Amino acid sequence: MKPFATVLEVGSSLSNRTGSWRTERPVYVHRLPPCNNACPAGENIQEWLSLVEQEKYEDAWREIVKNNPFPAIMGRVCYHPCENACNRVVLESPVGINSVEQFLGDKAIKEGWAFDKPAKASGKKVLVIGSGPAGLSAAYQLARAGHKVTIKEMLDKTGGMLRFGIPQYRLPRDVLDAEIKRILDLGVELQLNTKESDLAATMEKGGFDAVFLSAGAHIAKLASFPTSDNARVLDAVSVLRDMEGKTKPSLGKRVVVYGGGNTALDVARTAKRLGAETVTIVYRRNREKMPAHAFEVDEALQENIVIKYLSTIKDYQKTTLTLETMALDEKGWPQPTGKTETMEADCVVLALGQDSDLSFLDKVSGLKIANGVLEVDAQMMSGHPGLFAGGDMVPSSRTATVGIGHGKKAARHIDLWLFKQEAPAEVKNEIAGSDRLNTWYYAEAQRTERKMTDGAKRAGTFDEVQSGLSQDEALSEARRCLSCGNCFECDNCYGVCPDNAIKKLGAGKGFEINLDYCKGCALCATECPCGSIDMVPEEN
Amino acid sequence: MNNALRNPKGIYTIGNRLVDQKERTIQSSTDRCNALNCGHRACQGCGEALGARCVVDAAMRATNGQLIVVNATGCLEVFSTPYPETAWQTAWVHSLFGNAPAVATGVAAAMKIKGRGEVRTLAQGGDGSTTDIGFGCLSGMFERNDDVLYVCYDNQAYMNTGVQRSSATPPAARTATTPTMGHEPGNVFGTGKNLPLLAMAHQIPYVATATVSDIQDLEAKVTKAMSMRGARYLHVLVPCPLGWGSLPRHTITLARLAVQCGLYPLFEAENGEVTGSTKIRQHVPVENYLQLQKRFAHLFKNGKAVDERLARMQAMADANIRRFNLLGVEEN
Ligand SMILES: Cc1cc2nc3c(=O)[nH]c(=O)nc-3n(C[C@H](O)[C@H](O)[C@H](O)COP(=O)(O)OP(=O)(O)OC[C@H]3O[C@@H](n4cnc5c(N)ncnc54)[C@H](O)[C@@H]3O)c2cc1C
Ligand SMILES: Cc1ncc(C[n+]2csc(CCOP(=O)(O)OP(=O)(O)O)c2C)c(N)n1
Ligand code: SF4
Ligand code: SF4
Ligand SMILES: [Mg+2]
Repeated sequence: MKPFATVLEVGSSLSNRTGSWRTERPVYVHRLPPCNNACPAGENIQEWLSLVEQEKYEDAWREIVKNNPFPAIMGRVCYHPCENACNRVVLESPVGINSVEQFLGDKAIKEGWAFDKPAKASGKKVLVIGSGPAGLSAAYQLARAGHKVTIKEMLDKTGGMLRFGIPQYRLPRDVLDAEIKRILDLGVELQLNTKESDLAATMEKGGFDAVFLSAGAHIAKLASFPTSDNARVLDAVSVLRDMEGKTKPSLGKRVVVYGGGNTALDVARTAKRLGAETVTIVYRRNREKMPAHAFEVDEALQENIVIKYLSTIKDYQKTTLTLETMALDEKGWPQPTGKTETMEADCVVLALGQDSDLSFLDKVSGLKIANGVLEVDAQMMSGHPGLFAGGDMVPSSRTATVGIGHGKKAARHIDLWLFKQEAPAEVKNEIAGSDRLNTWYYAEAQRTERKMTDGAKRAGTFDEVQSGLSQDEALSEARRCLSCGNCFECDNCYGVCPDNAIKKLGAGKGFEINLDYCKGCALCATECPCGSIDMVPEEN
Repeated sequence: MNNALRNPKGIYTIGNRLVDQKERTIQSSTDRCNALNCGHRACQGCGEALGARCVVDAAMRATNGQLIVVNATGCLEVFSTPYPETAWQTAWVHSLFGNAPAVATGVAAAMKIKGRGEVRTLAQGGDGSTTDIGFGCLSGMFERNDDVLYVCYDNQAYMNTGVQRSSATPPAARTATTPTMGHEPGNVFGTGKNLPLLAMAHQIPYVATATVSDIQDLEAKVTKAMSMRGARYLHVLVPCPLGWGSLPRHTITLARLAVQCGLYPLFEAENGEVTGSTKIRQHVPVENYLQLQKRFAHLFKNGKAVDERLARMQAMADANIRRFNLLGVEEN
């Protein structure tokens, strides 16, 4: 029969290569999520949130501990700069990264997850001075790389300021112990009650191929004001350290804390828990200028701690304290006004910051010490070859997270240095800014906060003040992550291409542009929720 | 459709790796039929090409591939099937500009007589062929309740022949035949017809509107239409970069803004009664939609509204919002 109509072959349009119309081509890219960029420990936050999203909790924990062996600790005490950087603010509020981290850390302890076995023994030995977060982080990374690590710690317990600074109502000691034990279980040798007092001599003796210093900053800065012999002046570092001893410090009923940093707040809240009736923080500037974080100030106020701003201590005789009112000048510095007042105090606790005790380095050659801290280069190495340092004793913003990051970085460079290798050039992707998000595709989802015990109630005990998220809460919090700058396989590009020019490669494999037919309309790039497609001009 | 159902895991994207495969869209699946394959000659970012693939893929899925598509003349036919090529991967027939509904009626009747009732018929055309030249045939197809799903891809003008006004062109829009001249430049207010409402007036089993910015919604409507027999009508808004003077990359943005400002309501009707509407999620003024299109450029000067007719456009959107309860709570 003669065909009654023209009949065309299926697939005949494929000979028309419409890709030749293109002036720009879509390219899948990876951008650096702002949270990852802000994390001082260098966690790949987006990656582990995505694993939580898929309910792969153990995988998520293993991703965190590549960079930070302390998710349960840092999930409690980190000041979470990641959340301040989180792009989700353009929708409602940042992802609760810190609380999900705590959830994973706690789950790992409960489930007894252990670290992967260290790599094959390298035969190299590294000495670490100090068992604070910086030293433990370095020891952990070095041990995982197969090196033999010995930690010298002058105190009778590990942890540095995590234990002898941060109070247990913020960081329960069983959590601290569990995460430190896991590191020691890798075969790290620990020498407690062993103060390093002459490093030059120790190095002379040999037995180590490299050294990492992380002695922290423990010497309280003092203030000078006249006192009588029977006036009690203590310092915050000693008070907090004594909290870990057998006999707790006795501070009296009326306690005054002098200073405006996080340590001042921690010691004030500790005094309250030790039974003080009134706790007053005296600070010479105003709330805005206070170095303590706003949330810590709020928590202290909820516990009925009084803060006297714009005041300095002039004089302290027996139990009578004289304060002078200050006024801020144009530059924001406090200037005396001559106006004074008095109040009664059973003791004054100084919380004016800490200096490092670097006397054990006196005889080591090549070091540069400025402003009381040891200078290191970008590889965390001091002026003495093979001697690396990090944490509070080097120039830094002095947080535990920064210390953990230093420890990790130093370990990487010690490893390279030991084998005389060059550090590979660092490739840092461009930051995934919120301007590249197509927020239409994300549903509104409010943030779940961890619950806090009521102020008056929690101030009466050393119990932890905040409780962690449930698994369901952690899951929904992780699902709030936008996956900034990295494809999460939402299929938008694949679905919106009018030319069917995108190939879906299957779960975990992403997509591929079929350049034979892509006309370069940029619908895929425009409709990508997380900004992981660039449009790149075609050459000529 | 219920927003919570569409959005079980916090996102409105086309796919969602966190939900069961069965619940994902057809367009997110690697075994979608790609009824309209690569190599077609539609412009960059053509909304009609995208809309047609989504519609026909969904109909193919719903009928297990037992589908015959009848196409009117227009961009969709011309860009997909320039002799001797075709981009269609389905049984597909083209006859004339104005007769697609009548041809489809014939196809459906033939299948019935041959005892092949499982083979279903879908007819499709642009707004010109639907609202103007083919409207007589379409009205007859509705009136007889013939077993055809008719889909209109509305790009609001005769695009294939160079952007002439149709009875679906919105007021104030510039086309080749409604130039920006005189004291009321562009298309005249108070003209044109609303095809979904006209279809409803025929009391046919199913009428719905959809667009390319909400593929979940579009697929659900095609699937529902294919679960029914008799005459069914689907109106799909498809932005056209060439005719609208918009950036190819803005095709979906524009479809979304048309819905979110209220000018293009998404709703469903059965037997002449509205049964539900898709709610506006982020309400915006009509300017946001109009400003991205050169065909409305005369309404703005330096990004500022200068024409009092904008208020009339806004009033149209507001009327839709009231009529279809677009900001209201989800019924059911
Ligand atoms: C009260 C308080 C609260 C804080 N709260 C937070 C917080 O909530 N979040 C946060 O991120 N940061 C907080 N910080 C800061 C944080 O604790 C420190 O930045 C961090 O502990 C520094 O780590 P590090 O390893 O450098 O030093 P450290 O933690 O100080 O550890 C140094 C260790 O070295 C030992 N050591 C010192 N000298 C020698 C020697 N010669 N021989 C042998 N061992 C030696 C010390 O005994 C100590 O164990 C707080 C600090 C204080 C004081
Ligand atoms: C009887 C007849 N008149 C005019 C034409 C020329 N013609 C072909 S396509 C077209 C316009 C189609 O417009 P529309 O239906 O809106 O589809 P679009 O191209 O916009 O998708 C016209 C006028 C024709 N093919 N047949
Ligand atoms: S949304 Fe996710 S990826 Fe983006 S900054 Fe926040 S936590 Fe990081
Ligand atoms: S003129 Fe418009 S409808 Fe026609 S192919 Fe181009 S974009 Fe698509
Ligand atoms: Mg048209």
